[in-house]
Amino acid sequence: MTNQTASAAPHVSFRNVQKSYDGETLIVRDLNLDIRRGEFLTLLGPSGSGKTTCLMMLAGFETPTSGEIRLEGEIINNQPPHKRNIGMVFQNYALFPHMSVLDNLRFPLKVRKLPAAEVDAKARRALDMVQLGSFGSRYPQQLSGGQQQRIALARALVFEPQLVLMDEPLGALDKNLREQMQLEIKHIQQTLGVTVVFVTHDQSEALTMSDRIAVFDKGIIQQIDSAERLYEEPANAFVANFIGENNALVGRVERIEGEHCDVRLDCGTLIRARTGSVAAGDRTLVSVRPERVVLDDSAKGCANFLDAVVKEFIYLGDQVRIRVDLCGNHDFTIKTPISHLDHSLRSGDQIRIGMDAAHMRALEPLPAA
Amino acid sequence: MTAASNTADALAPPAASVPSLKKRLRRAEMRKKLLYGALILPLAVFLLVAFVWPIASLLTRSIDNPEVHDNLPHTLRELKAWDGEGMPPAAVFTAFAAELESAKGSPAIAEIAKRLNREETGYRSLIMKTARKLPLPADTDVPSALTEIDARWGEAETWRAIRRSGGATTPFYLLAAIDRSIDTHGNIVTAPPEEAVYVNVLMRTFWMSLIVTGLCLVLGFPVAYLMAKLATKQSNMLMFFVLLPFWTSVLVRVAAWIILLQNEGLINKVLMAIGLTDGPLQLLFNRVGVYVAMVHILLPFMVLPLYSVMKGISPVYVRAAVSLGCPPFKSFWKVYFPQTLPGIGAGALLVFIMCMGYYITPALLGSPQEQMVSYFIAFYTNQTINWGMAAALSAVLLGATLVLYMVYARYLGPTRVKLVKPR
Ligand SMILES: Nc1ncnc2c1ncn2[C@@H]1O[C@H](COP(=O)(O)OP(=O)(O)OP(=O)(O)O)[C@@H](O)[C@H]1O
Ligand SMILES: [Mg+2]
Repeated sequence: MTNQTASAAPHVSFRNVQKSYDGETLIVRDLNLDIRRGEFLTLLGPSGSGKTTCLMMLAGFETPTSGEIRLEGEIINNQPPHKRNIGMVFQNYALFPHMSVLDNLRFPLKVRKLPAAEVDAKARRALDMVQLGSFGSRYPQQLSGGQQQRIALARALVFEPQLVLMDEPLGALDKNLREQMQLEIKHIQQTLGVTVVFVTHDQSEALTMSDRIAVFDKGIIQQIDSAERLYEEPANAFVANFIGENNALVGRVERIEGEHCDVRLDCGTLIRARTGSVAAGDRTLVSVRPERVVLDDSAKGCANFLDAVVKEFIYLGDQVRIRVDLCGNHDFTIKTPISHLDHSLRSGDQIRIGMDAAHMRALEPLPAA
Repeated sequence: MTAASNTADALAPPAASVPSLKKRLRRAEMRKKLLYGALILPLAVFLLVAFVWPIASLLTRSIDNPEVHDNLPHTLRELKAWDGEGMPPAAVFTAFAAELESAKGSPAIAEIAKRLNREETGYRSLIMKTARKLPLPADTDVPSALTEIDARWGEAETWRAIRRSGGATTPFYLLAAIDRSIDTHGNIVTAPPEEAVYVNVLMRTFWMSLIVTGLCLVLGFPVAYLMAKLATKQSNMLMFFVLLPFWTSVLVRVAAWIILLQNEGLINKVLMAIGLTDGPLQLLFNRVGVYVAMVHILLPFMVLPLYSVMKGISPVYVRAAVSLGCPPFKSFWKVYFPQTLPGIGAGALLVFIMCMGYYITPALLGSPQEQMVSYFIAFYTNQTINWGMAAALSAVLLGATLVLYMVYARYLGPTRVKLVKPR
């Protein structure tokens, strides 16, 4: 790893960045973020959590209220946006309606005063890259949404920026097209090796595309990690709930024992879970993913073993989701492959469920009521 | 009903119902069309009666030539047989004397005299003098008697002039409106410089309209841009001020400008008070006054279409251009401005066309050097009652406006606008 120190220097770094529009509320509270060269980083978070604001500060359309942003090690807080050489894809594409597709692609090159032949060659290559080679003379309105999206992508890449920002670029597309474009964008990003900062509030999109995901809430990053680690090792309850489905059981921590702890649930059952940031005596929520809960026979090997009452079955084709009453939680969900389901089960039946300690997590103390 | 007849019934309809379905559809569509027609009918009728018909009938006056045609029909019929060389046959003289005699004492005689005088000066007195000597004593030789009254009746040219002026229509007024006329040989010739005024007036009308349009654009564009950028509340406020002038009549606004611009007016006083000028500037009864008032009156017609177009242009486009490396002002110019072209086109066209027909403002605030075509139209309708000239000038003005509109439609019209319209 030592021989990679040069490339390990972050491409972009935010240090103690704060942003307020009105001087009263901080939209971005304390942003510290290093973006590695060539990585696909997604900013994921609920609406209003400040993702766009962060992106705009990086692009230069908003200035941080305090803190510093570095690009290639240089502080760029006061550099005007047109000098930053950052590619950008907007949600509604922002293709210039009065220019043909090819002119749209030529635009950033002409602005850079490249020789005409080079402008043309690069624009055409970019058009080919998004497989729309024969559409150059059309106007943006004459293209479908997906095609416009690709042109917008090509335009953001045609001047060969090292960093490309995308603010919910796929938000306006339908599901199939969106999935196709996700792969295409990812593929192009890997081919070109550019750094991409991608904003979305669609978690499956984030999980599909990203090398790392920064989960935003209330103006700070709750966790930044790979998709797998975010899912399997959420740092706090917000992340656990925001990424994927999650069940919560309320209880009090009785004993901490290394990585594990014993929690006495409110219904009296004692369970074993992994420890987050809790201490003995704290009231806490124990999280568990629906697919980590097993039923009946297979439950026997599990550390935790509870009784539940079946309330409802929801068939999802290959999987079935079972809603049960468990220890005061009326909304506890179990997800199981349909092949593992005992078809004699009916709602109202008593079942036994099992959960491994490795998949249960007492993440953080509950705020005092 | 038996099963058999049931089957027959069930089988029969399809063959019959195919055309009837079509018919029903057509009937339904017809009803829809009638409904649409009924909705626009009142306006269509109103426009026809109050707009199209009067304009059309006014415009026909520009080529109307009834004086000789209606009052000397027999003479003209007899003249038709004449080859134009030598003297016309005696029948022409007889018919002419009879018709002139019956016209005597009615307005018709004056019309004939005035009309013929346009062919050759002096014919008015010729007609009046001849009419006074009528009727001729019975049994005289009419040709020689007329020649006796005036030798010009013995000249072929006089009769050719009558024949020339006898058509039901004439290009005379239209040609006169562009400083042209037809000489005795039927060629179109340019009027002598001292009589040529209308081309000048027309050019002046164009030029002044162009200047006013340009000023409106220069003044209106930033306001419209600001309104499009500001938050709704503030832009509504601005809009209120833009529309405020509409609350008073044009006449009142012109009168207000007279008060402001006169030598002892507020503007001159201020200019002198801050020492910019020593004496009062002449701001009234020249171009300055006319431009100021016209720009003031027409500015909203520029601002409104501009604003409505700019409102639809997302600020994201300029952002996108900047993110692509284009400096802010250049981004505005390359990306925002081209998208405002439909608004500029619509506003400029509106202002320009309204300018072309302006009458009150130049009449009240300008010198004779500022009068535009409309002034002469009013002059001919109100003062000399020359409907032919008034109609011809109107036709030329209308024609120029239509040409202009076609140029606009060709280069900035609906098809072009579609390409530029934001999604
Ligand atoms: N120009 C602005 N002026 C004032 N407040 C703003 C401005 N832009 C954003 N905000 C506020 O900042 C907060 C964060 O906005 P931001 O657009 O960054 O959210 P986001 O995470 O991108 O949300 P979304 O997923 O809905 O796009 C919001 O509460 C918003 O109202
Ligand atoms: Mg956003």
